[in-house]
Amino acid sequence: MSGRHTTELVIFIVLFLIVSAMGFVAARWRRPTTMQSLDEWGLGGRSFGSWITWFLVGGDLYTAYTFVAVPALVFGAGAAGFYAVPYTIVVYPLVFLVLIRLWSVSHVHGFVTPADFVRARFGSSTLALLVAITGIVATMPYIALQLVGIQATLEAMGVKGHWPLIIAFAILAAYTYQSGLRAPALIAFVKDLLIYVVILVAIFYIPHKLGGWSHIFGAAQAKFDKTPAPTDGTLLNHNNQLNYAMLALGSALALFLYPHSVTGVLASKNRNVIKRNMAALPAYSFLLGLIALLGFMAIAGGIKPVAGGNGKPDGNTVVPLLFDHVFPSWFTGVAYAAIGIGALVPAAIMSIAAANLFTRNIYKEYFRRDATPSEEATVSKLASLVVKIGAVLAILLLDPQFSIDLQLIGGVIILQTLPSVALGLVTRWFHRGGLIAGWVAGMAAGMWMLYRIPNPATKKLHFGGSAYPLSDIGIDTKMTVYVGAIALAINLIVAVLATVLLRALRTADGVDITRADDYVADEGDPKVVQGTREVEEGLAT
Amino acid sequence: MADAEPGPRRSDRSPWNWLLILPVVVPLLTFLFNKDKPRLAGFPFFYWMQFAFIVLGVGCTTIVYLMTRRPSGGADVSASSASSAAETKED
Repeated sequence: MSGRHTTELVIFIVLFLIVSAMGFVAARWRRPTTMQSLDEWGLGGRSFGSWITWFLVGGDLYTAYTFVAVPALVFGAGAAGFYAVPYTIVVYPLVFLVLIRLWSVSHVHGFVTPADFVRARFGSSTLALLVAITGIVATMPYIALQLVGIQATLEAMGVKGHWPLIIAFAILAAYTYQSGLRAPALIAFVKDLLIYVVILVAIFYIPHKLGGWSHIFGAAQAKFDKTPAPTDGTLLNHNNQLNYAMLALGSALALFLYPHSVTGVLASKNRNVIKRNMAALPAYSFLLGLIALLGFMAIAGGIKPVAGGNGKPDGNTVVPLLFDHVFPSWFTGVAYAAIGIGALVPAAIMSIAAANLFTRNIYKEYFRRDATPSEEATVSKLASLVVKIGAVLAILLLDPQFSIDLQLIGGVIILQTLPSVALGLVTRWFHRGGLIAGWVAGMAAGMWMLYRIPNPATKKLHFGGSAYPLSDIGIDTKMTVYVGAIALAINLIVAVLATVLLRALRTADGVDITRADDYVADEGDPKVVQGTREVEEGLAT
Repeated sequence: MADAEPGPRRSDRSPWNWLLILPVVVPLLTFLFNKDKPRLAGFPFFYWMQFAFIVLGVGCTTIVYLMTRRPSGGADVSASSASSAAETKED
């Protein structure tokens, strides 16, 4: 190990230890009388104000993997990888009015997960189970991918072997177990400040070293001109424009369906906190756009990605390598720590969200109907450990490419919960059977299309991407479309048709225990005591 | 849902909400900005324009937040009566 790498590693370890200590201390931060309930452990007491929520949700949505993978995509394909910017612009105005309704109804009824809401709204434990399983399956590979972010920096520092990764995740698991959502909320401050500093320095310092922006874009275009691929370049072309817009919109629709995003939203203390954050979170989009451009800087800097675990050049290493190439060693250490710590915040929140889904919508629903809040917290804590162990095993035992493929699928499948969760917040028109039928149809269509997509670059025949070529169904064009959006459209059509049919056949529908006023409630409004609505509606069992 | 149920005493309805459509639609219209020129500080139009859309998104969302903000605590009587008037008109 060279002296340069030693400096980097020392800085990395010191910063890592500081945030780990913060993770354990977080249990005392805004100390509750007891940590033994999901409201406290899993949602930080539902008490976070605007600033904490901004750092928490920002750290939750803009993950370490994003910071590594988006520039890698831009490095490989150019403009098409920049979709992350319109995606994160469109998302906030899109969900603005829906999220405040979700917060209100969850506040009144004490919902912890999106599946809790579906259960109460549509009176169907089956539909809630489908939503919960979809959420868990979509989140698991996302957690595993955070490890890819840490691993990329460790590799760039010349650290070999699996032990460092295992130790890092063990520490993360321990303080998440102890402090719950308070741990990532506190660490998010450090993580985001580090990332902002690193990127602002990078964005001024690197172009200065590489000869200016014109030169950087010129070098990128020259590289793409030489490749045979028709879809790369510093601008979009005729064939991938539609896919660009659909991917941005589809990803935006999916983002707040992910259980970890919902966790961040429900942890805020009132509606104004959410509204303010919808206006303030795009600051991170600005950051993400700048980070995406690191991909072009890596091209101009002549960076060659190093081979990953599977022997093929790993695009995810370009950003760490670029930093190593241009920064002095101490600042490279800070930059690597920013990425590494950046992985811890979302990994913690995602594991909490997945654990809450398991506890509320599987364990409590199917195994222990009368579980106490304390028991729920215990089950969730243990489940969060299991989730993290699973993520580590997935990265160590399987090809990391498998997690990347799964995450791609994750975006497509989480979209299939949109009719139940997002539309459910706005209307109660759908029949529970219609929503289940729509989910099945959307899932099947999505999986089939993903299966049909090859990736010539990695010589894979199936699951090679999310851009579905319309020529596959016999349309004479080179245009591609985003699988998630098509699968969602099929889901919606089936849900509407099945609802009309079930209504015509007078099939029994579930009972909605929420009321119109619940969706506009705010901090300080009375909460419903569990079970009373069921009694009022004559549903008590 | 029961017809007898009284409508919500508060509402999220506001004409300002229409402003949210702008930042949702404009960044998806790729034909508007998929060009190289004019450049700004070396950035192709495609890139700097999309950065500018972030400002559009923040601006629209902030306006809607400020115009629909509730005074802290309790029901916003004036807003709810205004919205029920709007509902009557729509009917």
